[in-house]
Amino acid sequence: MSEIERREDRTPGRRGPWAYSSAPEGREIVRLQDRYDLFVGGRFIEPKSGRYFETINPATEETLAQVAEAGEEDVDLAVRAAREAWEERWRDLPGKERAKYLYRIARALQERSREFAVLETMNNGKPIKESRDVDVPLAAAHFFYYAGWADKIEYAFPGRTPRPLGVAAQITPWNFPLLMCAWKLAPALATGNTAVLKPASTTPLTAFLLAEVIEQAELPPGVVNVIPGPGGRTGEWLARHPDVAKIAFTGSTEIGKILRRSVAGTGKRLTLELGGKAANIVFEDAPLDQAIEGIVNGIFFNQGEVCCAGSRLFVQESVFEVVLDKLKARLDTLRVGDPLDKNTDVGAINSRDQLEKITELVQSGIEEGAEIYQPDCPLPERGFWFRPTLFTNVSQSHRIAREEIFGPVLSILTFRTPEEAVEKANNTPYGLSAGIWTEKGSRILWMAERMKAGVVWANTFNRFDPSSPFGGYKESGFGREGGRHGLEPYLDLDGSGR
Amino acid sequence: MSAPERVPVKRTAKLFIGGEFPRSESGRAYEVLSHDGRLLAWAARASRKDLRDAVRAARDAQPGWAGRTPYNRGQILYRVAELMEGRRAQFEAELADAGAPDPRRGVDAAIDRWVWYAGWCDKVHQVLGGTNPVAAPYFNFTIPEPTGVVGIVAPPDQALLGLVSRLAPAIVSGNTAVVIASEPSPLPAVSLAEVLATSDVPGGVVNVLTGFTRELVPWLAGHMDVNAVDVTGVPDDLMPEVEALAAENMKRLHRAPDVDPFSPQAQSPYEITALCEMKTVWHPIGA
Repeated sequence: MSEIERREDRTPGRRGPWAYSSAPEGREIVRLQDRYDLFVGGRFIEPKSGRYFETINPATEETLAQVAEAGEEDVDLAVRAAREAWEERWRDLPGKERAKYLYRIARALQERSREFAVLETMNNGKPIKESRDVDVPLAAAHFFYYAGWADKIEYAFPGRTPRPLGVAAQITPWNFPLLMCAWKLAPALATGNTAVLKPASTTPLTAFLLAEVIEQAELPPGVVNVIPGPGGRTGEWLARHPDVAKIAFTGSTEIGKILRRSVAGTGKRLTLELGGKAANIVFEDAPLDQAIEGIVNGIFFNQGEVCCAGSRLFVQESVFEVVLDKLKARLDTLRVGDPLDKNTDVGAINSRDQLEKITELVQSGIEEGAEIYQPDCPLPERGFWFRPTLFTNVSQSHRIAREEIFGPVLSILTFRTPEEAVEKANNTPYGLSAGIWTEKGSRILWMAERMKAGVVWANTFNRFDPSSPFGGYKESGFGREGGRHGLEPYLDLDGSGR
Repeated sequence: MSAPERVPVKRTAKLFIGGEFPRSESGRAYEVLSHDGRLLAWAARASRKDLRDAVRAARDAQPGWAGRTPYNRGQILYRVAELMEGRRAQFEAELADAGAPDPRRGVDAAIDRWVWYAGWCDKVHQVLGGTNPVAAPYFNFTIPEPTGVVGIVAPPDQALLGLVSRLAPAIVSGNTAVVIASEPSPLPAVSLAEVLATSDVPGGVVNVLTGFTRELVPWLAGHMDVNAVDVTGVPDDLMPEVEALAAENMKRLHRAPDVDPFSPQAQSPYEITALCEMKTVWHPIGA
């Protein structure tokens, strides 16, 4: 059987009016190595820890490669390489020259975009149409955007003479593996810092492909180092290393708190992009069909494994029935399955652990009395899958309405007045994003003003751009990534060295 | 027969919470001494309950303060400067008692700092916010918004200028504040509270606690309804505890730049945005 036929076998049969022939993207473009070594000081080296761990394809559970695990000694080597590169080369390199390196990376990402997209989908489980159309183009755009800032930073902070901080420890999550590397590296390098990047343990492969691009772009050795390993060990050693001046972390609020406590009193600068429980609010005058697409995009984009996912839907009572009916009908058309299939809407959950967490929270929703709806779509036998899920009869005190699920699960609640919508939407310790759907302009601005959230999408959802700052209020963390504001976390503005 | 000498009326130094001047609910007070050892007053020694009351007052006042127009906030903060000017003799005397080498200069700078920050109320959005040229048909803008309730641990020295330099940028954007005044020299803060009470600053926007810094700071840093703390006056050895407590609800922590408080570098719009959240709003463009 050919590779493609085998994959078709794993793709469940399509039924009904929305049957599609499978359209798998070829994976030949990806040249997997058996083993990936640490990228330290410009070279790929075996870990002093002597340990390797397995990384898999969550859609098939097949092993993709063995990946080096950075031990404490490896972390130290990487940080020292970054420190040396900063002091001897990068710190004093004129901005216009730093810029050119970043432009090179941006171009290489564009040229090798298909390879990055396929590898991302294989390692993460997200649909190829998302890695191809969102993750990889945005990653390239981030490097291109910040490349342009590298020689213009004096214009970004009027009245200040900004200076880089030194070595930035960058700890990235598994939901947008490459894109988060770009969000971290591009501003750090543009502002004259060097970086030690710790990609998430389940999705390290595109970080290694990026390391290859960085090597080929001939960045000075040590400016970027890539050292995978478990967050609780490698991440902690990295964050606590005395030569690390800055920590940028994207991940859960729970781990963000642990990380922050572990570096309390060290004077290190921190940026934390943490969890969310976004409200997506639909008023009765909203363009409902457009809103349905926005709701679906809000919670099922990337399997809902998105910190800013619109996981709490608030529908004005008068249109609740019609929205629910339309939403169920739309759910029935979602194509769940092989992430490499270009038709696929919802791919695989990233790991068994995450699948168990989603399953447990959904079970709690049922036990607490909420009403569940799932389309009757077939799921592949191997791999980690979860059906797109709706909950109605949800109360604000239910765990599914309070805790971040990080999966394709939507809790639907109702409201009567704009004031009630504001009250309920803000009733969460999180504050990353919010959505508002209404045709009334004054209400959009009134609502946007009142949302305790760093990003407000009005009549749209889950839009990202390198020029647009992103980051949270309250327990969703602090600091912004993207835009002019995204430079600030990597700069010392007042000469304090902090 | 000459008239008997008039006995002056002394002031009771009280807390300032929600626009009122209560004593500490704990009934405690502490001696405030001048730099040369004279007893100046018994200041209220705030308790944990007083701190919680102050946070509640600040929370209640926050939406109203943030909801005023920036022009209005600017006028109100400018009026603080006007009223301080009228009571400058009192502030100068208090700074002299605290041992300030040049009390007049300290009061001048504190008043001027209010004037400088008052003018930022309706300008910081333009200078440090903006529109973002996204690569898709969307209108996209970013504005600084107040983070909410800010705790301010005032520096122990520079009892007036140090406090004003931390308080003014905090409330410019619409935050409300709970201040822990300088422990050794709380009286300028008490007088500032009296100025605020008779200005147009709404009750609860600024709350001033006097007391023992080491006792109050952990309660402030651990309070779940405080969004940010200016830690300028926190003793270094308390910082690890403060940062660990702050992690629980992800409080923003900010410290004054390490510069001469009289220098121009001591004031900046970045002191305002350090206690702001940047909010970004997207909307599609279409006919």
